Formats: sequence, C-alpha cells, structure tokens
Amino acid sequence: MDIGGEHQIPAAREAVWRALNDADILRRAIPGCEALEKISATEFNARITAKIGPVKARFKARIQLEDLDPPSSYTLTGEGQGGVAGFAKGAAKVRLVDQGEGASVLKYEAEMRVGGKIAQVGSRLVRGAARKTAAGFFANFVAILGESA
Amino acid sequence: MNANATTNSGIGGSVRRREDSRFLQGRGKYTDDINIAGQTYAVFVRSPHAHARINGIDTAAAAAAEGVAAVFTAEHTKDIGGVPTGWQVHSKDGEPMAEPKHPVLAEGAARHVGDPVAMVIAATRRQARDAAELVTVDYDPQPAAVDMKAALADGAAKVHGDLPGNLCYDWELGDKAAVDEAFAGAAHVTKLDLVNNRLIPNAVEPRCAIGDYDSVSGEHTLYTTSQNPHVIRLLMGAFVLSIPEHKLRVVAPDVGGGFGSKIFHYAEEALVTWAAAQIKKPVKWTAERSESFMSDAHGRDHVTHAELALDANGKFLALRCSTLANMGAYLSTFAPCIPTYLHGTLLAGQYATPAIYCEVKAVFTNTVPVDAYRGAGRPEATFILERIVDQAAAETGVDPAELRRRNMIQPEQFPYQTPVALQYDTGNYEATLDQALKAADYAGFEARRKQSAAAGKLRGVGLSCYIEACGIAPSNVVGSLGARAGLYEAATVRVNPTGSVVVFTGSHAHGQGHETTFAQVVSDMLGIDYDAVEIVHGDTAKVPFGMGTYGSRSIAVGGAAIAKAVDKIIAKGKKIAAHLLEAGEGDIVFENGAFKVAGTDREKSFGDIALTAYVPHQYPLESLEPGLEETAFYDPANFTYPAGTYVCEVEVDPDTGQVTVASFHASDDFGNLINPMIVEGQVHGGLAQGIGQALLENCVYDAEGQLLSGSYMDYCMPRADDLPSFQVDTTVTACTHNPLGVKGCGEAGAIGAPPALINAVVNALNGGGHSIAHLDMPATPQKVWAAMQSN
Repeated sequence: MDIGGEHQIPAAREAVWRALNDADILRRAIPGCEALEKISATEFNARITAKIGPVKARFKARIQLEDLDPPSSYTLTGEGQGGVAGFAKGAAKVRLVDQGEGASVLKYEAEMRVGGKIAQVGSRLVRGAARKTAAGFFANFVAILGESA
Repeated sequence: MNANATTNSGIGGSVRRREDSRFLQGRGKYTDDINIAGQTYAVFVRSPHAHARINGIDTAAAAAAEGVAAVFTAEHTKDIGGVPTGWQVHSKDGEPMAEPKHPVLAEGAARHVGDPVAMVIAATRRQARDAAELVTVDYDPQPAAVDMKAALADGAAKVHGDLPGNLCYDWELGDKAAVDEAFAGAAHVTKLDLVNNRLIPNAVEPRCAIGDYDSVSGEHTLYTTSQNPHVIRLLMGAFVLSIPEHKLRVVAPDVGGGFGSKIFHYAEEALVTWAAAQIKKPVKWTAERSESFMSDAHGRDHVTHAELALDANGKFLALRCSTLANMGAYLSTFAPCIPTYLHGTLLAGQYATPAIYCEVKAVFTNTVPVDAYRGAGRPEATFILERIVDQAAAETGVDPAELRRRNMIQPEQFPYQTPVALQYDTGNYEATLDQALKAADYAGFEARRKQSAAAGKLRGVGLSCYIEACGIAPSNVVGSLGARAGLYEAATVRVNPTGSVVVFTGSHAHGQGHETTFAQVVSDMLGIDYDAVEIVHGDTAKVPFGMGTYGSRSIAVGGAAIAKAVDKIIAKGKKIAAHLLEAGEGDIVFENGAFKVAGTDREKSFGDIALTAYVPHQYPLESLEPGLEETAFYDPANFTYPAGTYVCEVEVDPDTGQVTVASFHASDDFGNLINPMIVEGQVHGGLAQGIGQALLENCVYDAEGQLLSGSYMDYCMPRADDLPSFQVDTTVTACTHNPLGVKGCGEAGAIGAPPALINAVVNALNGGGHSIAHLDMPATPQKVWAAMQSN
C-alpha cells in the first residue's frame, strides 16, 4: 500500500528539518501519539493509538531514521506492534525542498504493511486511515511550527 | 412435494419440525447459553503473522492484571499431545503422508495468521480481553508459503522446518496406463484448468467451548459446538489430554450450523478442558466472528488440470486430473481424506467413463487448516467433471444434455463398478435428467434467451449432473484406506413402561431436524403416536456411542441404526406377545402397532407389551430379561449414492457483468424420503451455499499470508435476494443396502449447484458473442465484465 504527497510549509527548510528531528514536536504532531522518546539521534520509541475502521489499537512502535542527508532528506522506517490487533510497519521517504522566503515543501512517499486483525477487517481501509493520519500530522506540524515562529 | 403435509406423521410425511418451536422463539440452548457457577473466561492471543519464530512471550503484565486467573503458553502446554489427524493417506510410493505436530498453542513458531499463541483466563470476558492486550510476543517474522505452486517449488519457505518441504502427500488413484492408452486413441481431447475457490464456513453460531472439572470425582466435562461429541471425546481424551472415556463427558447441545467446520477437534476445546483442571474453575471461550474467520477450518481450495478424451461419437474414453489441494498449516481432523477418498473416487460421476486417473498433491501453506466443508471433496470432483463435460460439448458441437445422456450409466448396469474404487448400488440418472429438463422447460430456452436479449440481457442455461457419496463406509474398507476410526453409527431405543419411546442417537443435529425425522421413523415402525417419541442426542453421558453427523450420513447410517434397534424391540416384543397370547413366537406378526397371532383376531397392543416388559408378572423370566430397551450399532455395507440433475438459467448484464440467477431447477434422487419438507429445506440450503460459492464467496490471502477477506465487508455471503425461488422435485431409486432405502440429502445442493451456475454464465457469454472457455469462481461482476472485455 503506497501513499504519497507534498505539503507547503511556511517555514525555512532548516527549521522544518530541526522540527522533524524534535521528539516533542513529533509527539504533538502525530495523531494519537501518547509518547515519543528519542533513544539516539536516529531512533525513537513511540506509543500511538490508531483507529483503522473498526479496529482501535495501541501500538508500541520503534522508529528509525536512515539515509540522513540534512537538511534535505531522510528515510523513516517504523514497526508497530498492536498486540491482539496485529502489527503495522512501513517506510517513508521524506524530502524537503527550499522555496526561499522562509517557505519549504515537504514531499513524501510511504509504503505500509499491516498484519493480523488490522489486515483481516481493515485492509481496504488502511490507505484511507493512513491518508487521514498524514493530513492530521501535517496540519498539526504546520500549526506547531507557527506557534514557535 | 408436500402433498402429505397434514395427515402423515410417519415415513413420507412433511411433519413440521418440532425443534423449530424453540429455535423460532429464541429458546434454543446453545453452548454459549450455558453458564456454570464460578466460570472464568478465556481469550486467545493469536499470531498476526503468517509465519514467525517466537523468540519469547512476556506474560508478566497480563498475569498481574485485574481478575486474571492464569496465562498459559506453550511452555505450560508442551507436554500435552498435539491435535491429531483422523486419516492417514499414503503417497504413490507407499510412504505415509507428512504429519507434523499440531501443538495446541504455538511452540516456537506461529504458522498462520490466527495460530493461537497464548491463552489468558480471567474472571470476566472483559478482563481477559484487556489482559490479552498486555501479552507481548517477540516475533521474528519469516517468509511465508502461501501460493500452492510456489510452496512446492525448490527453495520455497517451509511451513514446518522439520519437514523436507511443503508436500504432505502425492497420491494417485486409477489405472494410469489405461488412461494414457485411451487418450492416445481419442478423436477429441478437451483440456481445462480450474480453481475451486477457498471458502470460509461461517456457521451462524461461532465456535464455543466450556471446560469443567470436578476435582472430587476427577471428571472432566466439555461443552462444545460439535457435530460429533463422541469423536471429540475419543480424539481429545485419547490423543491430546490422556483422559479415559469414563472420566470425560462431552456435550454438544443445540448447535447453530456446522457445515463440516464443527466436525473437527480444535485446540481450544482441549485447552479449556485442560485449563479448567489446572485452575479448578470452569473455563469458557466463545469465538468472536473475526476469530472464526481465522481459526475455523476453511473449505475447498483446489487447483486442477483436467483432460477428457472422447471418441468420434462423443463417448467418454478416459478422464485424467491433476490437483493441488491446500491443507493449510496443520492437518485438521479429516483434511487428508477430503481431496483423496472423497474427491478422486467421485470422478466417474454419472458416466460410464471406462478409464480414470487422478493424482493429488496435498500442500502445506501458512494459512488456516483446510478440511471438510458441505460436500467435502465431492463438490470439487463435480465441478471438474461437469465443467469439462460442458466444455467438451461446446467444442464438439453437441448439446450438453445430449452429451451427458450418451455417457450415462444405464439402470441395468447397477451395481456399477467405477474405475475409481466405488461401486454404485442403484440409480436412474437418465430418468432424473429427463424430469429436470422437462420441469425446467430446457427445450424452451431459446425463446427465453431471445426475450432476455430484447431486454438487453445475455441469458444462459447450465446443467449439472452430480453424483454424491453419503454415509462413508464400511468401517473395514475405510480402515484399509487410512481412516483411524470406524464409520458406523449407534442408537439406543428405550421403550418406557407406558409405551412412550426415547431414542438415543449418535447422530448430531445442528439444523437438520433429526428430532422430527427420526421420531417419524420410530413412530412409523412401531405404529405409535409421533408425539410419543423423543430424540436425545449430543451428550456422551446419555448416548451409548456415536460417530456424529457429516457427509450426509445421519439418516442413512444413524437412521438405519435406529431402525435396527427398533427391529430388536419388535423381535423382543414378539417373544413377550407369544407368551401372553400363548402362541408360538413364529406365529406372531407385528402390524399397525399391535402384536397379533397370524390369521386370528387375538392381539396385544404395543403399550400392553411395554407394560408387561416392566411389570413382568406374566412373563417368560426363565428365558427373557425384563425391560424393553435395545441398542444397535450399524455399519453400512457401502456408501449411498444420491444423484441428480440441476438446471440453472442466469441473466448477465453486459454493461456491469452482474449475474442474476433467473431460475434454478433441482431434480434429486435421494432414495426414499422420510420428511419431504425437511429434504426440500436441505436442498434449498445446499443450493444457497453452492450459489454462494459460484457467485459471491471467496477467501483471499495476500502474498504474505495475511487474510484479506476476514470480515463480512470483504467476504460475501449469499443473501435471500441473491437467490431465485428454487424449483425442487425428486425421483426415487431406493438404496439397496440400508433398511430404510434412504440415501442422504444434506450436501447435494452445494455439490451440484456450482458447475450449473458457471456453465450457465459461460453459456450466456458465449451466446452473447463472446468466446470464453472457463470462468473461475466466484463469477463476480468484475470478473464477468473483464472476461467480456477481453474476449
């Protein structure tokens, strides 16, 4: 399952990059994120509650940043265990393009796989849920960047 | 069909089902309705991975959660026996099938999505569910074997690491050399590749099991949703938990549909029974619907290449089939025999094909186990045969009904020995064909096709002439073929002192109406009131023994056992009557509920004899025991062979590919009928499931073994508005080897309907100018539309 998109962000590329590596900002921006802990420069542990169709589950996720090319791109891989609900794992390639005048564009391509009950009852809903989560993330992310600006 | 509805409550009467009174009022008593004081609730943690190593399971948080009584994993259950398989098939080379252990909880590896990994037991269901969320399993996902062909390829991921590969067995039946020779001389050869789509059973009542243990007496009781409580007692007691029969009672109360999926012994049954003894409290488990999708044994799932050789006159010379059959991750109770002895043996169908060869490779995959589902092997055989015969008719330009007629076994050929082991005792296939063609107005199809065309629809007609083999038997033959059990049935008929009768039958009713049908048999044979007969089933503590209900065996085997026990009652009654009437036993006849001295008006009623048996004041005590209760075990001499012709007409919408079943006519020969209304209902149900398979239902796994059709959002069950008003009638050739002359009707519809549907859809498309040899089931609008676009 693949989703992708691009978002205009009214902040300079370096500021966006810093925010994308900031555990506190990410925790507030990710819909359903209850905890996000930075383990190292490139690793996070997260606890996220997600709802896909009729299945609501709390995921314990481990997120890793790879292929870092600050401040323009990284690949984010994650794997979440949702207990009896199953699992989700995915990877997103994120690129930042500087637009000048304190604006940038974030482009992403993500692929995601689910298993267990989530796949059983919600696989055709996963793409919609992922889109909604992505939209929520960017709305929150832009708002948080606006606060700090 | 229901001409006798009002008057006859004996054999042949359409008596209303007495069990419906409680079912329609919502007063049935199902396993989940049973609640035992102090009972706890079990929830299973199941693998979300199709294949994964289990590095460890952390149960500490779950065990410490509120209300939790115990959390069990393979660490606790590893000394319990594996779930056994009831049939051993041998490969071509004589080697026994691969039979990997099926642990009750996953040991070291999970092998399908839904494989139980841990069992959490708590005081309430909610507490158990919450605690199950706290179990952390450290999975190491492994590549999964999902597609059967890929699973057999070199280097494929192995479902069981300790086996050389994923092949369970490579079996054959028939004379290969004779078949090859016939093909070499054939005027025409038709070839077809088909898939028999995988189905999920979906009984209305999900599985449920309650374990109870009496620590004083050491007795275990299992209440379970089973089609055969004695078989569960045997398998679970002897092979899994090592509990002797006298300390193990299995009760299967009202069961809300089985269709095969409740034949099998499931790990959950053993686990609740075992756990109840561990924690000294009753343990109840009720499957959620989504759990049923990924833990009830699935059905069908065959991939077949078939070839039919014909001579210049359209006579079948030989048939050969090569099939891959999916076993899933573990061998379910009867799984190995379904694609072999219930499939290969049926490939003669109604035809006098002289040479047949069939080979079947059974394959392990990282999917839910596959086993018997309504029809079990016979629908797969019938689909192959009735599709390839239709295709041969299309290729040779012969009318499909005519081609079938030319090849049918004739009445004078019975008993007919097929080239695939079975010997049909009786039948008249052409008579049933004629009756169906006439009733369905086959001759008038062309006019209806034109009418539909005028309305912008493509109309097609499809035939299916199926044969079925019911009441698998006899025990010594099935034993030689690998069955690890006998296939007889038992019954006890207890006549009470005042003449009422209680029948204890080893058959189990889960929708079939046995309480009515069996009472009709007994009432008819004893000449007593139908309401004076009670039928008891489903409890090993009450019923002497039983092999249960599957393979349409209840009336032919279970009913015959009851008839045999009634015969013994009558024989003993004659002795008592002879004493009372001061006549020779040989002079006593039993007619219309009375024991008479032949040729005189001296008689004793059945009630008099019953009372005398229990108040033996005037009684031959020196030569006859008091009481009137008899038990019979009946082991049939052969299968029974119902057969029929189904004629289906469909309309296809050329714009959308939507298939509508315009009409469906079924003519079946079930031998003698006990209750024609119940038989008709069985046919309706079977047809609904057959049409469901042909048009709607499909179990889909993705390439990684995730179950995609795991809910009713994605798995489409037939509904009333998908079905036409069925036209059903019967012909009768009485079974020659059982006392009632009956054959069995439970699976016919599901066996005969799918090829009739697909034949009709293919006929409609080709009649509409397309050129399509075959469509795999289900014929969804998308598939039909795509076929129309490409051809």
